[in-house]
Amino acid sequence: MLPQSMTAQETIHPLWLRLTHWLNALAAGILATSGWRIYDASPLFGFRFPAGITLGGWLGGALQWHFAAMWLLAGNGLIYLLLNASSGRLLRKFFPLSARALYADLRAALHGRLTHADPRSYNSVQRTAYLFVMLDTTLLVLSGLVLWKSVQFPLLRELLGGYEAARRMHFFAMAGLACFLVVHLAMVALLPRTLAAMIRGR
Amino acid sequence: MNRLPPQVDADALVKEALKRLKQPARRLFLRNSLTLGGLSLLTGCSISDGKSAETALQKISLMNDRVQAWLFDPQRLAPTYPESMITRPFPFNAYYGEDKAPRVDAHAFRLEVSGLVADKHAWTLPELHALPQSDQITRHVCVEGWSAIGRWGGVPFSAFLRRVGADLSAKYVGFKCADDYYTSIDMPTALHPQTLLTLSYDGQILPIRYGFPLKLRMPTKLGYKNPKHVQAIFVCNTYPGGYWEDRGYNWFGGS
Repeated sequence: MLPQSMTAQETIHPLWLRLTHWLNALAAGILATSGWRIYDASPLFGFRFPAGITLGGWLGGALQWHFAAMWLLAGNGLIYLLLNASSGRLLRKFFPLSARALYADLRAALHGRLTHADPRSYNSVQRTAYLFVMLDTTLLVLSGLVLWKSVQFPLLRELLGGYEAARRMHFFAMAGLACFLVVHLAMVALLPRTLAAMIRGR
Repeated sequence: MNRLPPQVDADALVKEALKRLKQPARRLFLRNSLTLGGLSLLTGCSISDGKSAETALQKISLMNDRVQAWLFDPQRLAPTYPESMITRPFPFNAYYGEDKAPRVDAHAFRLEVSGLVADKHAWTLPELHALPQSDQITRHVCVEGWSAIGRWGGVPFSAFLRRVGADLSAKYVGFKCADDYYTSIDMPTALHPQTLLTLSYDGQILPIRYGFPLKLRMPTKLGYKNPKHVQAIFVCNTYPGGYWEDRGYNWFGGS
């Protein structure tokens, strides 16, 4: 076989990564839309999410979805982080990362000059974005734990600044994830082959 | 998926689903689940799939009860706060408006105690006030997400349960209220040192809006688990449910 075709057949995303990616997408989708319905029961800020984009139909239904999908997000997320770290993929794909390289790549991206020529390696903007999502989701889970069990996890509660602080943190971490998703989906729309790679692996 | 033609219109689907479901709580749950958001996940599936999603969610909620019971540390205290941090005014919350709060006659009031207890005599308010009292400033966390700090006083519930000779190995303590509210809790929470048979709010006789003459205050549980206007307490081993719990709220409702 020719070297080129071998490269074309090479797996970009291993199966475990694709599985955890899509399970995470499902969990995050359920958690965000049911979370909006829970938010609407007592809005923290001066707006509500339109009922039509929420899940659960009423507070009780939304809570059931939320407290079911949290297990999927936490379990799947833990498996992802463990496999990512133990396989060396985390270090290989996301590091090194420097502010200088990020600035250069960000400038290039805004000028439309940043290429995705090689789907196997991430540029600094991608590295930052994906690391942000890992940290942001971790914060979502931790602040969610404080909201769910503020009495039973005193250390975590105090670290996050108490119940009300955790509530705000949970909201802003969700907003951060939603912002990421907008950019993520826009990039996928621009480069559909990245979607194929996340489904077929190459 | 294969029992229905592929193109079913949503109205017919809901109508058919409602016909098949008899329990009002289930009906409420399903009907409310079928918003656009719910539909985006449930459409394409048959009615039985909608029902099985609901059943699966109920099962996970039961599993969450067990997880919470396991996480619950009977000695771990909820944080307490200085008087300056009390939320003023402390919000009113119920399944009805404030003007509908029941007016209980203090003189005629008798707290009924039944089930697995040795002493089933009904308590008058002066008798309850004569018991040793304690006080707490704790955070009330509502299932809706908001929280508020308040000050409650009354009889430690564990002392009351021991006083009436309750079977402390029983599973549940249930409550019936003057506003037709009802709920039930697990015995470990009933015996928690901060669980309080509350007679006062912020140093005053418990006002009507906060549950006159008697409420159960538990800083280790969400607001809807804290019954107001309590008239009857019973100790039992059969699951008594609750007003919101029967409509889909998680039973343990711990914090």
